[in-house]
Amino acid sequence: MSAADHEWPLWEIFIRGQHGLNHRHVGSLHAADAEAAIRNARDVYTRRNEGVSIWAVRADDIVASSPGKKGPLYEPANSKVYRHPTFFDIPDDVGAM
Amino acid sequence: MYAQMVKSTGTGVKSLDEMDPRERAFQERIDAGEKIEPKDWMPEEYRKTLIRQIGQHAHSEIVGQLPEGNWITRAPTLERKAILLAKVQDEAGHGLYLYCAAETLGVSRDEMTRMLLDGRMKYSSIFNYPTLTWADMGAVGWLVDGAAIMNQVPLQRTSYGPYSRAMIRICKEESFHQRQGFDIMMKMANGTAAQKKMAQDALNRFWYPALMMFGPSDKDSVHSAQSMAWKIKMNTNDELRQKFVDQTVPQAEYLGLTVPDDKLAWNEERGHYDFSEPDWDEFYDVLKGNGPCNRERLAARQKAWDDNQWVRDGLLAHAQKREAMKVAAE
Repeated sequence: MSAADHEWPLWEIFIRGQHGLNHRHVGSLHAADAEAAIRNARDVYTRRNEGVSIWAVRADDIVASSPGKKGPLYEPANSKVYRHPTFFDIPDDVGAM
Repeated sequence: MYAQMVKSTGTGVKSLDEMDPRERAFQERIDAGEKIEPKDWMPEEYRKTLIRQIGQHAHSEIVGQLPEGNWITRAPTLERKAILLAKVQDEAGHGLYLYCAAETLGVSRDEMTRMLLDGRMKYSSIFNYPTLTWADMGAVGWLVDGAAIMNQVPLQRTSYGPYSRAMIRICKEESFHQRQGFDIMMKMANGTAAQKKMAQDALNRFWYPALMMFGPSDKDSVHSAQSMAWKIKMNTNDELRQKFVDQTVPQAEYLGLTVPDDKLAWNEERGHYDFSEPDWDEFYDVLKGNGPCNRERLAARQKAWDDNQWVRDGLLAHAQKREAMKVAAE
């Protein structure tokens, strides 16, 4: 069930929906090279004007965190609830803050 | 949709107590409405069942282009032709979204294509029926895409993340497909006597095959329980079929067309229409490969695969050559 030798490489596609927004991951596709990846992404992911800019990244080049280590990886943030503004009780009399 | 008779484990659904700790944690995540992502641990049967289901769904989108592609060159106006082209292109896109989702489970695109071509994987029975007249383009969009939407809308909430996201994209686009079909039906049903007859004939031929799309009756549906526990199937076949009939019958009435079922009647007590079951012997026969167009459809897929081999190879060779030149220049 491994990828066959002759298959085009897999690309992950990111699209900027409109000016001012971040690129967002929308899916993946196969293409022989970068140029074709952009062209295919245009046809597969923007048939209804969904984007103003496309990024194509080889799937092999993406480094991902391990889902199994979710706990320890995010633990440092979990113990610092004071980073959220709602941690502090400010009297209503103080006004907008 | 487009996934009928997807095999899952035959051992029945285990209770939480019977599961090993990993399985239990997995089931509890699903019960809590969490999404399972590609790199998470999952039971082997969950993975295999999903590959079969998503693969079958993807193949259906691709094979589903054939009965409609049949009418692109003969569409009655340039506008209808452009719309049909866009619709068929969407189906290709839907196939691609789904192949990508299946690939995250560790099966390659080429492997899935080989499994389709050698009969190990299936596509929906509906695409083995011919499209004989232009009115069939209306009936396919209205009934076939309509039935697909019934099934796909709940699947947006399925437990497997990539499948759920593919479904969300597909559902956004599917409504165009059904409406363009109904629009064709309205035009035909309100046209000349001959056109109206053509519309009625299309409804007559596609009604029961559309009902078959939901799969066999619940009492004969052996694979449902585990798939529903895993949330890769959200409703039973009979629930969805009933919903489809309830929604579609008033639309047929609006068109002034007659649903080809003597037993069709509103049941006040149940709050649903009573209707006749499709011919299940025909359904199993079509699945076995004996429908009117099975051989033609697979032959078309085989021809496309063989004839385009040189394009796939050529583009890859070109990309590799350019990569080598770039490395040499550095």
